[in-house]
Amino acid sequence: MTKTRSILTLAAIVVAINAGSAAEQSIVLASTTSVEASGLLANILPQFTAEAGIAVNVVAQGTGKALDTARRGDADLLLVHDPEAEQQFMDEGHGSTRRQIAWNDFVIVGPSTDPAHVGGGRDSVAALKAIALAQAPFVSRGDKSGTNAAELRLWKMAGQTPDALREKWYRDIGGGMGQALNAASAMDAYTLSDRGTWLSFKNKGTLVVAIEGDPRLINRYDVIELSPRKHAGSKLAGAKVFADWLVSSEGQQAIGTYQVNGQKLFNPSAGSPK
Amino acid sequence: MATGLREFLDIVGLSIGVSLAATTVGAAISLPIGTALAIFPFHGRRLLVVLINAFFGLPPVVVGLVLYLILSRSGPLGSLSLLFTPTAMVIAQTVLAVPIITALVHRASERAWARYGDELISDGATKLQAIPQVLMVIRADLVTAILAGFGRTVSEVGAVILVGGNIRGLTRTMTTAIALQTSQGDLSLALALGAVLVGISISISATVFALAGRARTAGSDEV
Repeated sequence: MTKTRSILTLAAIVVAINAGSAAEQSIVLASTTSVEASGLLANILPQFTAEAGIAVNVVAQGTGKALDTARRGDADLLLVHDPEAEQQFMDEGHGSTRRQIAWNDFVIVGPSTDPAHVGGGRDSVAALKAIALAQAPFVSRGDKSGTNAAELRLWKMAGQTPDALREKWYRDIGGGMGQALNAASAMDAYTLSDRGTWLSFKNKGTLVVAIEGDPRLINRYDVIELSPRKHAGSKLAGAKVFADWLVSSEGQQAIGTYQVNGQKLFNPSAGSPK
Repeated sequence: MATGLREFLDIVGLSIGVSLAATTVGAAISLPIGTALAIFPFHGRRLLVVLINAFFGLPPVVVGLVLYLILSRSGPLGSLSLLFTPTAMVIAQTVLAVPIITALVHRASERAWARYGDELISDGATKLQAIPQVLMVIRADLVTAILAGFGRTVSEVGAVILVGGNIRGLTRTMTTAIALQTSQGDLSLALALGAVLVGISISISATVFALAGRARTAGSDEV
């Protein structure tokens, strides 16, 4: 009797847990962490779901991992920001269309004491050279995310070899943007952040923006639909509805009006890609 | 504010629901197995018991990774589309709960069998029939075992974040929400959620412990 009762209880629990998702169609969006951590998706998704009746389940992972998740067939759509890795994904035949939806920029943030004396500049590469020369602590994501890839490209332009990036001042934390900012704040270190996550981050401590406005710091966000030839099992129709909405005037307006503390985080750019 | 409260309650509800489901499934598997291990002698039993005890320390993140690969659409069970669902989280937590519950049930059953085994058999019961009777005798220990399983599941983050994906409104639990709030630098909200998690764990433990104490008293009256 106890067994029957516990089985019934269990069945009730499982039904209750799954009730929320069973009601409507849903897709899995694998995304970079910045569009979730900055609050953008939480802000625009309710509007889309109300209009289209499609729930978007966001798995925020960082671009490298998101692309891998899609390669394995575990996502229906991608929202990412690493042009080189995305190109490779398309070349492998996993994607069908790739469209830019928005851009913002990266900033180099660091402690207000500014041990490498780079504050207020625009030249990101010169700043990294100065940080390396001063051996000032620098936190790297180290997680194959889009921001991590952008950071490594800048270090390459700054003439730093991978060996130099194994020295003690260079701290590879293998984590998300927020973790990197937490670490930089705790260690008085510099780090590269996307502006969206930086603006909405609440534990800045003594961190301030050191470098901004360099054209090399542009950060482009693309939506990638998957190829039906390689990913027949994915929910491609629902994914297309959401991708089309993101580049539509409505979606673009939703992205462009999102603000944190009165500041715009993402510039819609579907009409004129940067 | 109201939607924030609703979301918060959903997160708490999902955490408890998933862990309860996993603990229930885990108990359904572990109770008969734990007792059977104490009653039936067979070759390699010692080794199996050692293994089960060793799995106490199974790292949740490894359980999550292995299940991720199994449940992935390109994995062996991919056609079930379970990855990034609450069901996947229940499966992962069940894997974590079973060794703990089984090992604790086995220990208690061994003691009970040593004391009452001959009596049960001479009453004409087969060993198979003795399993529920042994479980009756050790029911106070069962509460502790199941509670330990629940504690293990409700507090872990490594497995559920991998197979659940921390999807807002679908697979976000208290532990994954704490990880997310921390990553957004919102340490006070993370801490508040942490306090709730601790509070819930403690009150469930206290309640069950009190109930077990009553059961133990009632049990000794009967015998």
